[in-house]
Amino acid sequence: MNTLAVMLVVAPLLAGAVIAGASITPLGRRLADPLGVAVAVAVPAGAVVLIVTVGETTRVLWQGGWEPVHGQAIGVALVVDRPALLIVALVGLLTAAALTWSWHFLADTGASYVVLVLLFLGACDGFVLAGDVFDAFVWFELMGVTAYALTGMRVEEPRSVHGALSFGIVNTVGASLSLTGVALLYARTGELNLAAIGASLRTASADHLVLISCALLLTGVLVKMALVPFHFWTADAEAVAPTPVCVLLSGAMITVGAFAVARWWWVVFDGAVPETAIRHALLGFGAVTAVVGALMCATQRHLKRLLAYSTVAHSGVISCGIGLLSGSGLAAAGLYAVGHACSKGALFLVAGMLLNRFETLDEHELYGRGRRMHLAGAIFIVAGLSLAGLPPLGTWAGKSAYSGALADAHAEWLEVVLVLVSALTGGAVLRAGLRIFVGLGDVPDPGPDTHEEPEGDTPRRRDGFRVLAPPAVLLVLAAGLGLWPGVAAVAQRAGATMTDTGGYVDAVLHNAQVTAPEVTVEPLWQALSAGLGLLAVVLGIAFAVAGLWPSRRPRIVRAALGPVRIMVRRLHDVHRAHVGDYVSWVLVGFTVLGATLLHT
Amino acid sequence: MHEVLGVLPYAVAAWILLVGCYGIATSRSFIHVVVCLSLVQSSTYLMLLMVGWSHHATAPVFADVKPGVPVVDPVVQALTLTDIVVGGAVTALLLALTIQLAKRQGSIDPDRIRSLEEELEE
Repeated sequence: MNTLAVMLVVAPLLAGAVIAGASITPLGRRLADPLGVAVAVAVPAGAVVLIVTVGETTRVLWQGGWEPVHGQAIGVALVVDRPALLIVALVGLLTAAALTWSWHFLADTGASYVVLVLLFLGACDGFVLAGDVFDAFVWFELMGVTAYALTGMRVEEPRSVHGALSFGIVNTVGASLSLTGVALLYARTGELNLAAIGASLRTASADHLVLISCALLLTGVLVKMALVPFHFWTADAEAVAPTPVCVLLSGAMITVGAFAVARWWWVVFDGAVPETAIRHALLGFGAVTAVVGALMCATQRHLKRLLAYSTVAHSGVISCGIGLLSGSGLAAAGLYAVGHACSKGALFLVAGMLLNRFETLDEHELYGRGRRMHLAGAIFIVAGLSLAGLPPLGTWAGKSAYSGALADAHAEWLEVVLVLVSALTGGAVLRAGLRIFVGLGDVPDPGPDTHEEPEGDTPRRRDGFRVLAPPAVLLVLAAGLGLWPGVAAVAQRAGATMTDTGGYVDAVLHNAQVTAPEVTVEPLWQALSAGLGLLAVVLGIAFAVAGLWPSRRPRIVRAALGPVRIMVRRLHDVHRAHVGDYVSWVLVGFTVLGATLLHT
Repeated sequence: MHEVLGVLPYAVAAWILLVGCYGIATSRSFIHVVVCLSLVQSSTYLMLLMVGWSHHATAPVFADVKPGVPVVDPVVQALTLTDIVVGGAVTALLLALTIQLAKRQGSIDPDRIRSLEEELEE
């Protein structure tokens, strides 16, 4: 069992090395795709086996047998518990979908594409399971470097290279800030193990050094989570990255980042840093991110940029869920993240099919051209509804869990943000879907040339079963989330495990048998949450209709849109920037985060 | 005087970090950006080494030092080495991307490269 848990990290890395070594022969190159997919399927399967067998207990694996003595830990630990395994399963699933979709894909890069994807998977797993802060940092950097390389994979495309550069530069600055935070925490406590740092910090109230190191440590992960104002790299990278990489960036990296914020808060800082401080920070950053992301998403016409900004908006919602600082809030954030990752993955994969077939991702250029793609069109539009959270699809299960968590935390005002995000992001996808696959609406002005190079080299095979099955499977999983009656209980108990600081510390430092605390489970199906879900979808459809027929908008709607349009145009101007501005925004965000922590 | 000297390395680390960020923010060339990024990363090396440093302590190599003699913290030195390796990988990758950009676009000025933000959907 312990070997299986370690294999979740080691298997992708080993397979990556084997594929890289074998790819010098033609036969080895042909093995890359099947072996890659097999490992990517085996990882979530292994995680599910562990979820069933490990149950609700927390297992700690000390590498090399360096177990703690009298609560003093110097070894390297992997901490395997239910929430971490659920995240590993999600990341593995997305990787499997991405690699299946891209079989024979990017053949001119040899096997390096498959190798990098497997390294990314191994790094995500290692990061999620790592029990000490420096190992977590090394996995974090490996995750980053492989992601930059994957984004810039198509080196003959200048836009792709530019996007990868922005991505790499902004994230490296964030990672340096995080490492500075690690150094300060080590200076204060003399520990690198997460549980030991936390235990040491809790013996005294937090002074400025601890607060600043908390802000530094979080900044690097918030960059990965793409919260405003750390988000500028997101759209540049996801607009130009190969489609399967977009699936991983928007589904896996955001979720893994959110998991790290939650784990580090409860294990390291809870009890030392005042709760109100982090709550204000996460709710504030989250709400602003949700609104800015939704507005930017709704006003894009490049499909992948549209989806990237929608990721930003949803990441804001996830941050709000963590900011509620409760087990139910975390459960809601987790459910929401899974619903979002699966729906968004399906949308990106269909967008990739459009790019390969029509060599453009411009919504206006694609008007009516997807009329014959019935299955792909159906997947795209249903995934749009799933993103908007039409009960019981996709993000709705998460939103329903949010209703209870928000009421517990007296933060009902966030329901408005949730409805707005669902309506605008879902509405924008529906508008694009209806325009492209049904040919509805006014004939749009195509504008300047929007030609892009396709990603694959094998046109005949592009739209076969292999490219339609992965988005279909993701969509079925997203739909099943709200229908499976046990999902609320799983999420609530995982949330309770994450918030059980004492249990984590006892399991790691004192080798105690720790089981998840009992929780009372609220059912997902309640009148309020179903009603709000429907309301968001109705508003989304209204937004899509208004976008499809601009000539038929009533005068009052046009008058009302005037000021909004000026504001959104300013927002677009801010986003049309130099990579140096992105880095300046990271420092601004860090300053705001630090000030929030210091002044509450 | 001693106190000032104790704080000085941390102040220098913060200064290097900010100078690096300033360099990136005002840069006219991606090569310069990558060099500034290395500067930002090197501030963390100084920070880590300073954390483990102590007065009158020697290097943590026990070949010619008797046990019991004070040595500086070897953990942070290991961390710094790891960090240098990571930094080297990032720098190499970003420089390779810059070369590609120069080949395909003929310019490595971040201002002159066409912005990736597209026009508004009405």
